[in-house]
Amino acid sequence: AAKLDYRPFAGERPGELNSFEDITSYNNFYEFGLGKDDPKRLAGGLTTSPWSVTIDGLVAKPGTYALEDLVPATLEERIYRLRCVEAWSMVVPWIGFELRTLLNRVEPLGSAKYVAFETLVRPEEMPGQKGLFQSLDWPYVEGLRLDEAMHPLTILANGLYGEELPNQNGAPLRLVVPWKYGFKSIKSIVRITLTEDEPPATWNLQAPNEYGFYSNVNPEVSHPRWSQATERVVGGGLFAARRDTEMFNGYADEVAGLYAGMDLSKFY
Amino acid sequence: MTLAQRINGSLRRVPTWPGYVLGVIPAAWLWYLGLTGGLGPEPVKALEHELGKIALQLLVASLCVSPILWVARVNLIRFRRMIGLLAFFYVVMHFAVYLFLDLRLNWAQIGEDLTKRPYIILGAISLLALIPVALTSNDRSVRRLGSALWGRIHWLVYPASIGAAAHYLWLVKAWPLEPILYLAIMVGLVAWRPLRKAARTRQRQVA
Repeated sequence: AAKLDYRPFAGERPGELNSFEDITSYNNFYEFGLGKDDPKRLAGGLTTSPWSVTIDGLVAKPGTYALEDLVPATLEERIYRLRCVEAWSMVVPWIGFELRTLLNRVEPLGSAKYVAFETLVRPEEMPGQKGLFQSLDWPYVEGLRLDEAMHPLTILANGLYGEELPNQNGAPLRLVVPWKYGFKSIKSIVRITLTEDEPPATWNLQAPNEYGFYSNVNPEVSHPRWSQATERVVGGGLFAARRDTEMFNGYADEVAGLYAGMDLSKFY
Repeated sequence: MTLAQRINGSLRRVPTWPGYVLGVIPAAWLWYLGLTGGLGPEPVKALEHELGKIALQLLVASLCVSPILWVARVNLIRFRRMIGLLAFFYVVMHFAVYLFLDLRLNWAQIGEDLTKRPYIILGAISLLALIPVALTSNDRSVRRLGSALWGRIHWLVYPASIGAAAHYLWLVKAWPLEPILYLAIMVGLVAWRPLRKAARTRQRQVA
């Protein structure tokens, strides 16, 4: 993959980096199949160039933008822990830029309160979207509150380990919201819409009692079918210990204020 | 002589002990892969799930023995104990991986799982139900218990098999095809028994 120019991460690493191999061969990307190894096996044929993203809804400058026009010249590295709702985690060196720089460019209107995202639908290149038996309703959709979207930790990633994002990780452009369960960080984005009302979110629609709109990492609120108190660290081998899950995935100092006064067991 | 009779004649000469040896090979292979990186970046879950899936496959196989006799007249009953004991062996290994490698004997979390998580409770009940079945899977037990009581104990395989398949489907996110198929096959194979019995009773009444 093509190398990217970026400013190296200056912050504190949340843990030991997972290998490129771990990060690119253990993926949930149901558009390519339900197995963790399906995306790596089957995403190679996805055409990511040309790519454009439609930005619409409550913005002053709506439009369909080519990827080259969206991605700024200065990229930066962000090393975040990714905590999956399935109770595993890995540490990933993303390359990308803050979502708020993009949103500011298209000028959200005063009435905008949420940001909705949508993944590509292209069954001929995404085998998980083909066939009689579909795992989810496509397109995959997700959403954030505008203040969450504007938070400096929230990025759009187009790279990984200094290179362009591999297809199985959500090329060419994906969201990364490090204090939320991984499924909120929607992949292969084709549309960003600013809305007044809370937008639909795929897993929330699928099982609302299991996956809330917020889906902040929270060791105290169990998934109805499994505990979220601890997590398996991917890449540790057969005898690796579990890790205690941290509130907001370790980013509580930065983001807890966004949820002041909210009952997080109700708004899970 | 029909084809089924000829097959049955040859099968009588096939010993069962190589089945136990062959049956353990997939487990050994999975452990080898897990230890050498062949199960991917998260080998614990992979090992746990693969062992559980082989257990389900062996339960399906054991439940197929009678229907094969009814439909094809091919008699595999001599091999059923071996298949069943292997299934139990995989169930126990699946549970051991969960306890020792996945939860690392974190008793607080195990206790929570076993009291709050329906799919774990269902899996545990299915495992418990299979223990008396496995313990009485020998000739001496058949003689000592008598066929009626022995049969009642081994009836537990039916709820345990459906429970095990439901445990799988209950665990996964969304509605993937594979666990749905396991549950459908299990329910079909178990339901076949009473349905066949009812049909035969009706036949006899007509005759």
